[in-house]
Amino acid sequence: MTNEANGAARQGVEVRLENLHRRYGTIVALDDLSLTLAPGELVALLGPSGCGKTTALRLVAGLEDADGGRVVFGGNDVTALPTNRRDVGMVFQAYSLFPHMVAWENVAFGLQMRKVNPEERKKTALEMLELVGLARFANRYASQLSGGQQQRVALARALAIRPQVLLLDEPLSALDAKVRSRLRDEIRRIQLEVGITTLFVTHDQEEALAIADRVGVMQAGRLEQLGPPTQVYSRPATPFVADFVGLTNRLDGNVKSGAVEVRGVSLPLVRPDVADGPATALVRPEAVSVAAEGEAMDGPLVGTVIAVAFLGAVSRVTVDLGDVRVLAQMPTSAASQHPAGTRVRLDLRPDPVLIQREETAPAGA
Amino acid sequence: MAAVTGFRRSRRVKVQVFRIVVFGVAAIFFLVPIFAMLEFSTRSGANFTSPRTLTFWKQIFDYPDLVAAITASLQLAAITSIAMLVLLVPTMVWVRLRLRRISRIIEFICLLPLTIPAIVLVVGFFPMYQWMGNNFSDSILTLAFAYLILVLPYCYRALDAGLGAIDVKTLTEAARSLGAGWFTVMWRVIMPNISNAVLNAIFLSVALVLGEYTIANNLLYNNLQVEIAQLGRANAGVSIAVAVAALLFAFALLLVLGFLGRTRRQAEEKLILTYAREMGRSV
Repeated sequence: MTNEANGAARQGVEVRLENLHRRYGTIVALDDLSLTLAPGELVALLGPSGCGKTTALRLVAGLEDADGGRVVFGGNDVTALPTNRRDVGMVFQAYSLFPHMVAWENVAFGLQMRKVNPEERKKTALEMLELVGLARFANRYASQLSGGQQQRVALARALAIRPQVLLLDEPLSALDAKVRSRLRDEIRRIQLEVGITTLFVTHDQEEALAIADRVGVMQAGRLEQLGPPTQVYSRPATPFVADFVGLTNRLDGNVKSGAVEVRGVSLPLVRPDVADGPATALVRPEAVSVAAEGEAMDGPLVGTVIAVAFLGAVSRVTVDLGDVRVLAQMPTSAASQHPAGTRVRLDLRPDPVLIQREETAPAGA
Repeated sequence: MAAVTGFRRSRRVKVQVFRIVVFGVAAIFFLVPIFAMLEFSTRSGANFTSPRTLTFWKQIFDYPDLVAAITASLQLAAITSIAMLVLLVPTMVWVRLRLRRISRIIEFICLLPLTIPAIVLVVGFFPMYQWMGNNFSDSILTLAFAYLILVLPYCYRALDAGLGAIDVKTLTEAARSLGAGWFTVMWRVIMPNISNAVLNAIFLSVALVLGEYTIANNLLYNNLQVEIAQLGRANAGVSIAVAVAALLFAFALLLVLGFLGRTRRQAEEKLILTYAREMGRSV
């Protein structure tokens, strides 16, 4: 890839979604969604099926019309523009290469639409295929490429037109785990290299946390939280985010003076300004550990190991405390000392936690 | 083990023989009448001993009405095919993209002519053609409107199969996001990927139009089949020669379409073989 091809025209623009609203019959798919992407930033929209993330992306692409709100690229309102005049590059979840064209012709298609001369568009197409590492497959049809290769060609095709915004609609979901992980890293590398503002939609939290500058967690057409991956994971804004991103233990406790007491351990609150009283604390498995041997085997945090799940470098241990099961995540070497059936005592690390109260779902959050 | 292999081989032979017999019977059923027509139109007398002659074939051009009917039928075939594609392809694509909920209604409307006998269609067409003749044109080419309805069910089925084989929505959205307008999407993205279905639909249209008699005759237009029928009363030899020529034309068209489809498939297979060889080397 030449520096020329990565030229100034490819530098990202600010993208603003302002109060976007979309309704399908009685179902509200997007409920006044507002989001600003800084130039060159990669924002991942994460959420369960039907949360509105794909709808948001399609409104940005112009593939659907908003019932209300605006889409602004670099200060220009593009809400009324049709897709073909929005200057967006898009990679779809389904394989979208034109079956009757070989790889380089697919990549050159957008350039042809922009009336670039044939020589220049072939040169650019080959450069783009080089960028995604597929230059030697330039003369292959889609049917002769693997799923991962097809998505890389689709990425090259989306980038070849030097769009203002790159939109990725779950481009990895049809791929197997290994290819997905490799291509995910490659997308991030290329995005950083090209410096294009990118909106990435996924339901895979690992994918979102791994490559995004910021992650937006969506539920029922609204953004529950938007922030850097570490913040979303370690400081979830709502119980939904805590539940959806990563695993969470739900332990009954009692809020008192800005902390929650859980089974004799006082844990600070993410937001201490909540009323005293009973609540459920949301505790991450990595904040739970098994106490060293020799400590007293009594108290409310003593239980029996019922399962150990090997995850590679770390393992997840499930401990039955009698009234509740608790997940603890620890290095595999430590977990191996506590096979199923062992009596253990758990320790809770005093990380700030969220609480949930039945009467108001996001209470204390 | 040997007994099982023997049983399988014997079964395979039986299936093969059955296929050949069915094919042979079907071939006789179709070819004997055509051969008889060819014989009849190339003999100067009424029996097999009569000398060969091409008089009837040469006389085709001595009947200006017949030549006009042939020309009109070919024009009608072309107009109907083009109109059918212009009407059906964008409609079917649009329904798949935006109006999924009415796809059953569109299918029902397109298949409806299949259930209505041609003579009933004529009764419906008659007042419209009367009005059209008085106010617009009474050219035989206006039959294209009626033929368009006639070919709808067959062409709908052919095109539906083609569109069903590709992801219309994703391909369209991909092309749109790359800057393509709707015409470009249709012409450069959809059509090349349903080319076999389009060829099949065109073939069906041409075959139906060239063979159509009832509507033209009852609406008082002289197309090829009407002319052949009329000529049959005056000069049976020429009439049969034209009928054979029409059949041969349809047959040639089928061969050409089949050849086009095969050439494309062979090109794809060749590329796949090259790919497989390269992969084999790299392994």
